Amino acid sequence: MKFENFESRMVPLPATNVDTDQIIPARFLKTITKDGLGANLFCDWRYDAQGKPKPDFILNQPHVQGARVLLVGDNFGCGSSREHAPWALTQFGFRAVISTSFADIFRGNSLKNGLLPVIVPPDVHAELFAAVEKEPNATVKIDLARQTLTTPAGRQIGFPVDGFSKHCLLEGVDELGYMLQHEAKIAAFEAKRTGSIDTLA
Amino acid sequence: MPATIIEKLWDSHVVYEQPGAPALIYIDLHLIHEVTSAQAFQGLRERGLKVRCPQMTLATVDHSIPSTDRSLPIVDELGRKQIEQLDKNCREFGIRLYGIHSDRQGIVHVIGPELGLTQPGMTVVCGDSHTATHGAFGALAFGIGTSQVEYVLATQCLLQMKSKTYQVRVNGTLKKGVLAKDIILALIAKIGTGGGTGCVFEYTGPAVRALSMEERMTVCNMSIEGGARAGLVAPDDTTFQYLYGRPHAPKAAEWDAAVARWKQLPTDDGARYDHSVTIEGDKLEPMITFGTNPGMGIPISAPVPAPSQIADPDARAALEKALKYMGLEGGKPLVGHKVDVVFIGSCTNSRISDLRTAASVLKGRKVNPKVRVLVVPGSQEVKRQAAAEGLPEIFRAAGADYREPGCSMCLAMNGDMVEPGQYSVSTSNRNFEGRQGPGARTFLASPLTAAASAITGVVTDVRSML
Repeated sequence: MKFENFESRMVPLPATNVDTDQIIPARFLKTITKDGLGANLFCDWRYDAQGKPKPDFILNQPHVQGARVLLVGDNFGCGSSREHAPWALTQFGFRAVISTSFADIFRGNSLKNGLLPVIVPPDVHAELFAAVEKEPNATVKIDLARQTLTTPAGRQIGFPVDGFSKHCLLEGVDELGYMLQHEAKIAAFEAKRTGSIDTLA
Repeated sequence: MPATIIEKLWDSHVVYEQPGAPALIYIDLHLIHEVTSAQAFQGLRERGLKVRCPQMTLATVDHSIPSTDRSLPIVDELGRKQIEQLDKNCREFGIRLYGIHSDRQGIVHVIGPELGLTQPGMTVVCGDSHTATHGAFGALAFGIGTSQVEYVLATQCLLQMKSKTYQVRVNGTLKKGVLAKDIILALIAKIGTGGGTGCVFEYTGPAVRALSMEERMTVCNMSIEGGARAGLVAPDDTTFQYLYGRPHAPKAAEWDAAVARWKQLPTDDGARYDHSVTIEGDKLEPMITFGTNPGMGIPISAPVPAPSQIADPDARAALEKALKYMGLEGGKPLVGHKVDVVFIGSCTNSRISDLRTAASVLKGRKVNPKVRVLVVPGSQEVKRQAAAEGLPEIFRAAGADYREPGCSMCLAMNGDMVEPGQYSVSTSNRNFEGRQGPGARTFLASPLTAAASAITGVVTDVRSML
C-alpha cells in the first residue's frame, strides 16, 4: 500500500513517555493474528472497569472520529517492542503520529506498517497543541514526498525521515522482498563466518 | 582508528552497505517466544518462504504460560492456543523449541546465556525489548518487532541504521545492600526513559568490571528503559569463566580460538563515544521507583519529588499524573508505605544469584501475613539449582509462593496479577500503568529491597536488616 498525502484533524494526547503497554495492554497480546486490536487501543484509558467508554477520554469524543493524526507528548512508544502497538493505531485509523521524539523500536515498527512518525521541534509541537485546543477541528496536511507538515496556521514545517523508509512508504516497497534480493551477498557473508552455534545439535 | 566494541560488533556484521541507506547486518542468534512470533510465521507461510537458518534459532515459551503446576491443562484458552501455535510453527519450520514440558524451558533471556548460546561478538535479536540482556557477554543484542522477526527467519539479516555510542561509566565500589539493579535504576533516573534513544550503551568502569555475569545481565537488561535498544559490557575473564563448559560454548581447540577472538573485542584505548555519563558507585543507595515509568526512581532514603518543585510544566504534569495513579503524595518518603504484593522474578532478576539474594533475607524470617509473595525462577535450570541449594524450602518456610519458571507477574499475561489499586514491590523492569494488572501500582527495586519489604509489609531500606 502506497502512502499518500493527506489532510486530517488531530487527536491531542499530551501525556509524555506514553509506553506501548498503554497503547495496547499485554493481556491483548495473546492473539495469533494482527486483527481486532484497534478496539482495544488505549484500552485502560478509554474504558472503565466495566468496559464502558469513558466520555472524557479523547478517543471517545465524537469530533475526533475519523481523524488520522495522533498528536502526542515526548518519547512516544517507549517500552515493549510489541508491533501490536502500531497495528492497533492503524486499525483505529491513524496514519501519522506527531511528537518531538519517538522510542526507537516503536518508530521502526510504525514505518513498517504505514504509520508515519512525524518529529517536530518543541515550538511547533506546542503550537499544534495550542491550535487544537483553540479549534478542535483544526487540520494539518502531511506531504511525505516533500517531508512537510502544514500547520493549521498554514506554516510549512520540514520533518526528518530516512530515505529508505520514505521510499518504501511512498512506493509501497516490501522490505523483506528487497532483502531477499541480496541472497547472493548473504550467502557470501555466511561462507566467511566462523564459529556458528547450532541449536539443533 | 581506535574503535569502540559497539563499532567493532557493527563492522563485523555488515553484509552489505550503501551510503545513506540502512545496512544489511547478519544475525548470529535469533530467540523466539510465543507472543511476538505467530504473525511472523504466518507471513512466511503466505510468501512460501522457509526459515533460512533454523540452527541459529531457538524458541521457548515464557510470557503466556502459567506459573502453576505444569502437569495441569492451561485454563486460559487464548494463552493455550498461542502456546500450541508456537509448537506447531516450530515443528513446521524445523526450529528447536524448549516447550512447556522441556527441562530447558525458561525466560528467553535466561536460557540463552545459561545454555552458552549467547557468546561475545555475536548479534542477538528477539521479538522482545529486553534482548539487551545478552549484551552482558559483549554481544550486540536488541529487541525487534514481529515484522523483523519474519525478516530474520527468512534471511538471517536485518536492515539497520548505525546507532550512536554511549558510554555509561560506573566508578568506585558498591556499598553493602546496593546491587546491579540499583546501578541501572540510578542510570535511568539520571538520563530519563528517552535518554539513550538512538544509542547503544557500553557499561564500563570498575564497578561494572566487579559485577558477576548475572549482575551484568541485570544491568544490560534494562537498557531499553533508558531508551537504548542495546547495552553491553566488554567481555573479560568473568565472561569466559561463565561460558566455559556450558552446553553450546565452543569446546577444546575451538574454545581457545574463540577466546583469542573475543579478546579483540573490547574498546580500543583512545576510542571516542558520541555520549558519556558517569555514575559514582560509592554514592549509590538502594533505588526504588515511585512513578509510572522506570525513570521515576529515587534513592530509598529520599522523598518522592513534589510537583511544586518542578519548573517545567510538561514534567510537572507528568509527575502529577503519575502520583495520582500511584496514590502517592510528593515530598514524603516511600519507606514505610504499605505493600500488598512482592514479586521476585522476571528476565531482570530471576537468576540463581537473585534467588540466593532473596533467600539470604527471607531465611529464618516470615513474610508479613498481609503480603502475597511470589518467587518465580527464570528457568528450569535455575529451578534445579535452587532445589539443590534448598532455596524452595527457605521461600516456603517464610510464607512465599514458589512457582514454575516464566515471565509471570512482570507483565501479568499468564494470570499472575496484582489487583487494582494494590501496591507491589517488584524486581521486574517496568512500572507502567497497568503493567502488573489493570490498576496495579508497581515499585521497582532490587531483590534485597523486595525481600526486606516482604518481611515488614512496608517499603523497607534493606540496609537496616543486613
